[in-house]
Amino acid sequence: MSGKNLQDYWKTNIRYVLMLLVVWFLVSYGAGILWEDALNNIRLGGFKLGFWFAQQGSIYVFVILIFVYVYLMNKLDEEYDVNEN
Amino acid sequence: MSVQTWTFILVGITFALYIGIAIWSRAGSTKEFYVAGGGVHPIANGMATAADWMSAASFISMAGLISFLGYDGSVYLMGWTGGYVLLALLLAPYLRKFGKFTVPDFIGERYYSQTARIVAVICALFVSFTYIAGQMRGVGIVFSRFLEVDINMGVIIGMAIVFIYAVLGGMKGITYTQVAQYCVLIFAFMVPAIFISIKMTGNPIPQIGLGGTVADGQYLLDKLDGLNQELGFSAYTEGTKPMIDVFCITFALMVGTAGLPHVIVRFFTVPKVKDARISAGWALIFIALLYTTAPAISAFVRTNMIETVSNKPYAEMPGWFSKWEQAKLIKFEDKNGDGNIQYVKDATINELTVDRDIMVLANPEIAGLPAWVIALVAAGGLAAALSTAAGLLLVISSAVSHDLLKNAIKPDISEKGELIAARVAAAVAVVFAGLLGIYPPGFVAQVVAFAFGLAASSFFPAIVLGIFDKRTNMQGAVAGMIVGIIFTATYIIYFKFINPEMNNSEHWFLGISPEGIGTIGMMVNAVVTIVISRITPEPPESIQELVENIRIPRGAGSAHSH
Repeated sequence: MSGKNLQDYWKTNIRYVLMLLVVWFLVSYGAGILWEDALNNIRLGGFKLGFWFAQQGSIYVFVILIFVYVYLMNKLDEEYDVNEN
Repeated sequence: MSVQTWTFILVGITFALYIGIAIWSRAGSTKEFYVAGGGVHPIANGMATAADWMSAASFISMAGLISFLGYDGSVYLMGWTGGYVLLALLLAPYLRKFGKFTVPDFIGERYYSQTARIVAVICALFVSFTYIAGQMRGVGIVFSRFLEVDINMGVIIGMAIVFIYAVLGGMKGITYTQVAQYCVLIFAFMVPAIFISIKMTGNPIPQIGLGGTVADGQYLLDKLDGLNQELGFSAYTEGTKPMIDVFCITFALMVGTAGLPHVIVRFFTVPKVKDARISAGWALIFIALLYTTAPAISAFVRTNMIETVSNKPYAEMPGWFSKWEQAKLIKFEDKNGDGNIQYVKDATINELTVDRDIMVLANPEIAGLPAWVIALVAAGGLAAALSTAAGLLLVISSAVSHDLLKNAIKPDISEKGELIAARVAAAVAVVFAGLLGIYPPGFVAQVVAFAFGLAASSFFPAIVLGIFDKRTNMQGAVAGMIVGIIFTATYIIYFKFINPEMNNSEHWFLGISPEGIGTIGMMVNAVVTIVISRITPEPPESIQELVENIRIPRGAGSAHSH
C-alpha cells in the first residue's frame, strides 16, 4: 500500500477511535458521575437515571461500542485492502 | 442431601473436569505454552478472558462491597468493564499484529532497549504476585467455609489443581480450563441471582428486577433508599465520595485493567487481528453478564438483610446467622441490652458488624434457597479464583523463562530448554503463591490499589504511545515508566504504610485517594514520555517501520518468538 493511502487509513481509524471514546466518556464519566445528580431527577421505571447509567447503562453501552468498532474497522480494512485473507 | 454433600459432589465434578481438560490439552512447544499455539477461537478466547479477569474479588467480594457502598460502588462496575473498550480500541489489535508472546516483549522491542524490557518484567512480576496472593487466599476461604477443611489445607488442594493444569498445559491448558471455569462461575452466579430476583420482585431477570417493585408495591431502590436513611446511612442511590475521587478511581481502574499483563496476553492467542478485536467484544459481553447482575444482588441482599435483622430479637435469628457468627464474619454485641439487633450507621450504638465478603456466599442462605444452589456458589467461587490464579501464573512463568532467561540472560537456549524453564518457573510460582495464601502478608488488601496503579502508570502509556506516536523513543518511554511508577508507588506507600493515619481527603493531593492516584501517575508518565521523546533523537528507521507495520492488519502471521 502506498504511503498516502496508509495515512488516510490511519487517520480514519483515529477518527473512529476518538468518536467512540467520546461516547465512552459521556456515558460513564458524564452520565454516571458528573451529571449523576441532575440525571437522578429523571426516572426510568424504578431506576433514577444517573444511578442506572452508573450501575447498568454504561456497561451496556461499552459492549455496543466494541461491536461498532469491530464493524467499522472490518469495513475500513476492506476498503483500503489491508484486511487479512 | 446436605449442603456439604452437595458441595463435595459439585466441587469434585468440576475439579475432575479441569484435570481432564489439562490432560487433553498438554502443551508440546513454547508457542503452545505461551500463547496456546495462537489458534484459539475468538469466542472461546472471550470466555477465557472473562474467567481470567473475573477473580475471587469479582465473584465473592464485589457485590458485597457495592451493597455496603451503594452508588459509590459504581466505580468498580464502570472501572472494571470500561477498560475493555480501551483494550479493544487502543491495544489488542495492534499487539496481536505485533505477534510476540509477552508484554515485556513488546516494550523491549518497540523501545529497542533491555532496560525497558527489564522495567516491564519487574512491573509484570509485581502486579501478578500481588494479585495471586489474594486468589489463593480466596480458594482457602471457600474451602474452609463450605467443606469445613482447614484454610491451609484448602490452599494446598487449590495449588495442586492449578499445578496440574498450568504446569502441564501452559496457556493451552489454561485457556480451555478457563472456558470451562467461566461456564461454572457464571452459572453459579446467575442461578441464585435469578431465584432471588423472582422471590423479591417477581421478575426472573435480575437486571430488570433491580428496577422493579417489591411485595409492598414500592420500587426496590426507593425502599432501600428509605431503609438506609432510617438507619442513618446515606441513601443507597446517592454518593458520599467527592466527585474528583470517584472520577479518578474509575479512570485508574479502567486504565489499569487495560494495562494488566495477564489480560493483554490473552489477545496473543487468537489467529488474526480481526479476531483480537471481536474477542474483546465477546469478553466484555461475558463479563457484563456478571457485572450487571452483581449490583442487583447487592440491592436484593441488602434489603433482605436489613429486613431480617433490623430491630429483630437476636434469639430469633435464622440458622445462617449463627453459622457466620461462628466463622467470625458476623459480630453482634448487645450494647443496650434489649435483646434486639440495632443495625445503624452511628458506631456508638450500632450492634452488628457484617463482613462484606459473606454477602454473595451467604446470599442463597439468607434467601432460603435449596442446598444445591448454595453448593454451586462454592464451586463458582473456586472456579473464579483458580482461573485467575492460572492466568497470573502464566505471566509469571513467561516473564522468567521468556523475558529474562531467553531474551536477556541466555539467548541461545534451545526451544526444549525454554519449555522446561517455563514449567519450572510455573511450578516455583505455584508454590510461592500457595505460601502467600497460607501466610498472607497483612497488606494484601492494601496492595490491590498498587496492582492497578502500577499497571496504569507504567504499561498503559508506554504501550499506547508506542503504537499511536511514532516519535516516542527509548529515552522517553523509559523515563516515563520510571517517573510514573515512582510517583504512584510513593504516593500509595506514603498513605498506606508510612502515614496511614493521614490517609483521608484532607491530606490527599487534590482530594484523590491512593486508589485513584494511578490516574495522575498515568498522566505524569505520558507527559514525561512525550516531552523527553521530543528533545532526544527520534527512534531508528527500523522501529518506525515496525510501528507502521503494526498499524495495519494484513500480514499478521501467527505469534512467533523471533
